[in-house]
Amino acid sequence: MRKGYMYRIIFVAIVVLSAAWFTVTKPVKLGLDLKGGVYVLLEAKPEEGQRLDNEAMGRLIEVLNRRVNGLGVSESSVQKVGDKRVMVELPGITDTEQAIDMIGKTALMEFKIQNADGTLGETLLTGGALKSAAVSYDNLGRPQISFEMTLDGATKFAEITRNNIGKQLAITMDGVIQTAPRINSEIAGGQGVITGNYTAEEAKNTASLLNAGALPVKAEILETRSVGATLGDESIAQSETAGIIAIGLIAVFMVVFYRLPGLVANLALVCFGLITFATLNFFDATLTLPGIAGIILSVGMAVDANVIIFERIKEELRFGNTVMASIEAGFKKAFSTIMDSNITTLIITTILFTLGTGPVKGFAVTLTIGVLASMFTAITITKVLLRGFTMLFKIDKPSLFGVRGK
Amino acid sequence: MKIKIIENRKKFFTFSTILVVLALSALVFKGVNYGLDFTGGNLIQVKFEKTMELKELNPILNEISKEIPQLDNNSRKVQVSDDNVVIVRTPEMSEDVKNNFMKTLEEKAGKYDLLRSDKVGASVGEELKSTAIIALLVGLILIVGYITIRFEFKFALAAVLALFHDVIIAVGGIALLGYEVNTPFIAAVLTILGYSINDTIVVFDRIREVLKKKKVSTLGEAVDLSVNQTLTRSINTSFTTFLAVLAILIFGGASLKVFITTLLIGVLIGTYSSIFLASPVIYLLDKDEKLSDIGHN
Repeated sequence: MRKGYMYRIIFVAIVVLSAAWFTVTKPVKLGLDLKGGVYVLLEAKPEEGQRLDNEAMGRLIEVLNRRVNGLGVSESSVQKVGDKRVMVELPGITDTEQAIDMIGKTALMEFKIQNADGTLGETLLTGGALKSAAVSYDNLGRPQISFEMTLDGATKFAEITRNNIGKQLAITMDGVIQTAPRINSEIAGGQGVITGNYTAEEAKNTASLLNAGALPVKAEILETRSVGATLGDESIAQSETAGIIAIGLIAVFMVVFYRLPGLVANLALVCFGLITFATLNFFDATLTLPGIAGIILSVGMAVDANVIIFERIKEELRFGNTVMASIEAGFKKAFSTIMDSNITTLIITTILFTLGTGPVKGFAVTLTIGVLASMFTAITITKVLLRGFTMLFKIDKPSLFGVRGK
Repeated sequence: MKIKIIENRKKFFTFSTILVVLALSALVFKGVNYGLDFTGGNLIQVKFEKTMELKELNPILNEISKEIPQLDNNSRKVQVSDDNVVIVRTPEMSEDVKNNFMKTLEEKAGKYDLLRSDKVGASVGEELKSTAIIALLVGLILIVGYITIRFEFKFALAAVLALFHDVIIAVGGIALLGYEVNTPFIAAVLTILGYSINDTIVVFDRIREVLKKKKVSTLGEAVDLSVNQTLTRSINTSFTTFLAVLAILIFGGASLKVFITTLLIGVLIGTYSSIFLASPVIYLLDKDEKLSDIGHN
């Protein structure tokens, strides 16, 4: 038994130390509500007859990514949400107007034949057919725009160019003609160039417009949220204060009410904090304001597991059992209660995570991690510490456990 | 201290009934004050350089509303806090209209710092409502399933009754306070679900144990004994959680106020219901059988 106990001490020490190392070396990633930034939720709106498959969504995300990269934000993210939605997050952005403008541009690019009288024919292709556009230079060093079509687009493009040699192919953005190069020859293979009297600047702008505007499907902005950095800083400061005060009050209560075990519970609480933050770090979770509330709440629940155990130990002591036997029995009897009560909480957090959106998800993640960490600390760390103290100081007085002597 | 739960059960049932009726009337007559996340629209929060009062701000907004009808007195909600922080809620505005409004506001009311700007489409809000209800139902079904497996169906029924009781009172309380509810409120209500059940299960667990050991001869005695044995734990746990929640309420900032107040009501009422409601309900459900089968498992 002694040997098994040694192993357990070593195991706990390794867990706590690595958690501490993890927490110290890598800062927790903060959500937009804490550090400020812009959040945009878009929904793809396919036109009649247009299919909204994975490929179209993939292309939409690609285009949005390109637009976002154009803003030069580090740590930006573009993520698919559900079947037809895309979430864009731009941390630290101050010019929200520009960001929303850039991302939200619903421009739909269309290829149409321009008739001699300037009127436009029917839509032959949409921006979905365009893979990418870039500035290149011809033999004489004049800027031009080279482009590449998708596999599907290339076939259609070859057909269109073959049938319309000599005519002008207009590229429109939301109905406005951006450029209307003359078709000089059939363009097979999906690669071509648009020449014209472009300045380098114009060529660059048109290319990026083609890139940015090449939405394969219309996307509508459903939701935008932007948080200024000031508000974020305030939120962090306030939740830090709240956290410290909450933990301080709980710590005092535990020592007053449970004496030695209370002290042990407080040490376990520190370990709980380290493990929770390390786990958040490990999974690269983002800490949001509701997330912080989730952590503070799980502190309350972490204490609960200890309270259940200590109450059991006190009961055993009142029966007149020895301290060591009471500790063993207390942990054993408390185990199923802790499991049952925490599993129901985990059921709820799982639902919150599955069905919830942004902030609710954040709360669910931290509460889940908090509940799991609290179970681990209460069952393993509290036990190791409590047995350790009891053995080390040869404790045999029930009064140290908050039990009044008979 | 020894509480006689079974003997006084009628008092507790009456008390709970009154609370539930009050909460339901608050919901019916006052209604929940749905926020931006549910209704859709725009919200901007700005911090002026100077102190700002509603008296001063309202005429300015009325002026702007000639150009932007969304700022009309009937469709906007304005709130001033900390002397210079102003929150304006309006029906949905396009990006251009909103930018126009922001510029005009600066010209007419003075310089400010933009703290927050949110826009939610109406369809997103509708979705949120249905998702919330689905989440609640799925949560309930899974919890009933789990408790039925671990205990038995009667326990699940009693726990769910207590859950409804807690959730109705918490939501009714928020309706009565008139707080504006958004997405975090759903998280809070679901957390109450988790917390309340957590508390109830600790008592149930003890009832099961007492029954198994055949320490007592009737279910009523088992309930009384179990509640009293777990009472210190119930109070201590609620107290520590209460401390945590209270600290966030006082020091955690305005954005968490509704979320935390909901939790606060939930923690208090959840503790009460697990002791004084869920346990006597089991007794009611099982009155004729004297002892539940659970003792024989």
